[in-house]
Amino acid sequence: MLDLHGYGPRLLEGAGVTLQLAVLSLALAILLGLLTASARMSRHWPLRQLATLYTTLIRGVPDLVLMMLLFFGGQMALNVVTDALYDRFGVDWYVNLNAFAAGVITIGFIFGAYMGETFRGAFMAVEHGQIEAGKAYGMTPWLVFRRIRFPQMMRHALPGLSNNWMVLLKTTALVSVIGLSDMVRVAAEASRATHEPFTFLIPVAAVYLLIASVSEWLFARLQKRYNVGFGGH
Amino acid sequence: MPDISLWFQELLAGNVIFTPTTLGYYWDGLVTTVQLVFLSLVAGLVLAVPLAIGRSSRHRWISLPIYLYTYVFRGTPLLIQLYIIYYGVVFFDGIQQTFLWPLLREAFYPALIAFTLNTAAYTTEIFRGAIKATPRGEIEAARAYGMSDALMMRRIILPSAFRRALPAYGNEVIFMLHASAIASVVTLMDLTGAARFVYARFYAPFEAFLFVAAIYLCLTFSILYFFRWLEKRLLAHLRPQG
Repeated sequence: MLDLHGYGPRLLEGAGVTLQLAVLSLALAILLGLLTASARMSRHWPLRQLATLYTTLIRGVPDLVLMMLLFFGGQMALNVVTDALYDRFGVDWYVNLNAFAAGVITIGFIFGAYMGETFRGAFMAVEHGQIEAGKAYGMTPWLVFRRIRFPQMMRHALPGLSNNWMVLLKTTALVSVIGLSDMVRVAAEASRATHEPFTFLIPVAAVYLLIASVSEWLFARLQKRYNVGFGGH
Repeated sequence: MPDISLWFQELLAGNVIFTPTTLGYYWDGLVTTVQLVFLSLVAGLVLAVPLAIGRSSRHRWISLPIYLYTYVFRGTPLLIQLYIIYYGVVFFDGIQQTFLWPLLREAFYPALIAFTLNTAAYTTEIFRGAIKATPRGEIEAARAYGMSDALMMRRIILPSAFRRALPAYGNEVIFMLHASAIASVVTLMDLTGAARFVYARFYAPFEAFLFVAAIYLCLTFSILYFFRWLEKRLLAHLRPQG
């Protein structure tokens, strides 16, 4: 039953690619989001401007266009850099941007902008007195961040974070367009080859639903954990 | 006007990529994108209103199938929905004999159907949230006036729900504009399709995609400001007085 005209194993591999891609881009997006949120709340206005520009531009342009720009343009830009290195310093170094790395970088970069907005709102929701109390204890800024700001911020950020994750998961389907063999690409290829689109596309849709349902459950548990001490909600 | 067109021609004369021909592709792409997004939004809205009312129904046999529909369409990528409709439409028995076939054979109509069903699912949930948030007092007042359910829905619940739904719906419109870029995957020459064509023709990713990104950015901001203006007008009663 799982053979699917011999496409079964490749589809399974594709599902693995989708999951890896989604999880790695999520990690990158969270990192970029934290940086962006910090930059937007920074005392230095160039940093604030830069972060605002990043979030505004990224959120104003379709994911697919950004993906193509970074994927097709990224290799060209890399080539320019490596060529210059060769000409100037004789460094023979060639980087081939593979589709998976390009996918992770692009999706992480796009969702970093959304995460930045989520985290900014959440950081602002943490009471100032909490941070002052941390300082009063003689904590370093990093320790204040790690022990006080981050855990309390997460409580406010989780609903937005879970929403972003759901959108990110669905966005990974777009990498099939730039040549990455995720499950959508395998299913589309198989549909064209066998003229049985439903056989391949519906199971793939079901896998997305499954991942979404499992993550919903996980996020509900996380929410419970970060709400410890805040009664019920 | 003549000096402006002269200036424009001079600008184009020194440019290999942005010739009148490629700008024409971008223009056609813009028209296709706007048509696709506008038509699917209108059709999605028309579908979403009754679906949202049904979704808020107390009867589970009405609300459950609608919930299933919105869950599936919101939980799976639009690209898959587009593929299923684009590749799957052939398999409806006898469809090739009907008058619909010449339309469905083109990529435009399958894309339109996929986008409509997708935006209808999101819009249904947005409206359902807004309907659920109707203040109890408004409903009680309507009941006290002896309004029937249908009259109350038409005169009290829906108008106030629409206004509450406005900010979220504005986001949905922008989301739809951005999602429409995937129409280029099924060979449709929308804005992104035009950019892909120009990229392939001149091997110039930066020019091709940055230009189209700028167009999308302008469209996004136009929608954003339009909804801000609309909110200002329709939600005036919620702003602090004085």
